[in-house]
Amino acid sequence: MAPGSPLWFDLIGFGAGGWGFALLRATGVTIALACAGFALGLVLGGAVAWARLSGRRGLAAAARLYSTVIRGVPELLVLYLLFFGGSAAIMTATRLFAGEGFVGAPAFLTGMLALALICAAYCSEVLRGAWNAVDAGQAEAAEALGLRPFAVLLAVTGPQVMRHALPGLGNVWQLTLKESALVSLAGVTELMRQSAVAANATSKPFLFYATAAGLYLLVTTASTAAMHRAERTSKAGERTA
Amino acid sequence: MTDLPFLVDCLLRLARGIPLTLQLAALSVAAGFCLAMLLALVQRGAVRPLAWFARAYVFVFRGSPLLVQIYLLYYGPGQFEAVRKSIAWSVLREPYWCALISLSLVTAAYGSEIIRGGLDGVPKGLVEAGQASGLSRLQNYRLIILPLAFRNALPAYGNEIIVMVKATSLASVITLMDVTGIAYRLISETYRVMPVILLSGAVYLAVNALVVLAVDWGAARLERPPGDGRRNSRVRIAVEPGRH
Repeated sequence: MAPGSPLWFDLIGFGAGGWGFALLRATGVTIALACAGFALGLVLGGAVAWARLSGRRGLAAAARLYSTVIRGVPELLVLYLLFFGGSAAIMTATRLFAGEGFVGAPAFLTGMLALALICAAYCSEVLRGAWNAVDAGQAEAAEALGLRPFAVLLAVTGPQVMRHALPGLGNVWQLTLKESALVSLAGVTELMRQSAVAANATSKPFLFYATAAGLYLLVTTASTAAMHRAERTSKAGERTA
Repeated sequence: MTDLPFLVDCLLRLARGIPLTLQLAALSVAAGFCLAMLLALVQRGAVRPLAWFARAYVFVFRGSPLLVQIYLLYYGPGQFEAVRKSIAWSVLREPYWCALISLSLVTAAYGSEIIRGGLDGVPKGLVEAGQASGLSRLQNYRLIILPLAFRNALPAYGNEIIVMVKATSLASVITLMDVTGIAYRLISETYRVMPVILLSGAVYLAVNALVVLAVDWGAARLERPPGDGRRNSRVRIAVEPGRH
């Protein structure tokens, strides 16, 4: 390394000229983006799974088509569809009322929505499998005890479905977290984008992309550990031989 | 609203990206599979440091986004003057090679986990029977363990191939003109988002449907015991596109 050039440690540190705070903040944005996308995706995925299990032919076919198509095409295309499609829709809308010109779709919202749509397809498969894994007798017994349908779902079948779904949902979460890096292409300043900015500003791409990889690893490892804990807790009531 | 000449023109232009997409997928799956075998076998082997290395490799490549890995390989080495002056630079400055290497490295990590699962699924009794009949270690692997492990691993490996077909789309972010790269260019030229995305999505779906058929066919063949003359012992396996 040439004398006088800043040390690596200074560049990713928190002092003057260090990118530490920016990278940490961007990691926070990544986590927020992934959490929001996952939460919305879980709700949508629940709806898609319900549609597939509803017994109504058309609805089930539509849900199946959705999950097959989304899981069969690159995630990048889904993101482009929402980002460019969203911009086009907003521009059409603004043209009706006001002037011309390019109006971008709000990047964070678009990215979150894209992640949610992808996540929903995978979640629906996990939830459907988990639902089928719960013995039908459980719901029948609850009904026989006089519980209303909503109470059956809330107190009897729901918790059991979640227990079966937990490992699968953990995988989907990891996937969503890693895919959130794609949203950098839509211009959200999350970890990936911030690293690219720092890499360009300092001409140290290796340092900053390696740091980004390390931070992603940190988040995925922490969430794996949390997931294992959650799985253990969810199994606390299970009887084992 | 439908504009047939435009759609046909779009499809023809997207089709020009199919060879690159297929090439990246096929070569990375093939190279990744070889590396995955090595990683899986080394993890079962007796050489501790090698096993640790393999485990660390899998951890790193599965735990970070592919996009970061591609950027790291494509933009990263340029930071070092020594690399820029070495012979490796002629490979590393080419986006094609960077994409291919990145894709191979990442699928090796996922693939090694699948193969490890397949190897674990081989019944112990069969391995011992092989030893008892006087097979050498190598013969035991070649004749008994690996064929059974492949059969166990094939459905999951089919998923991995589909994931890789989708993952080749990331090559477009480092300027390669695969199907997604061409779709991006078409959108920025014509501003017609919906038809372009739908057509390119259909291209990927078609490719992946062919992968599913091929894996089904391969699985049916593997299910048939050697010397079994029956032609139509078709076995349905559920190969669904899924991520890890």
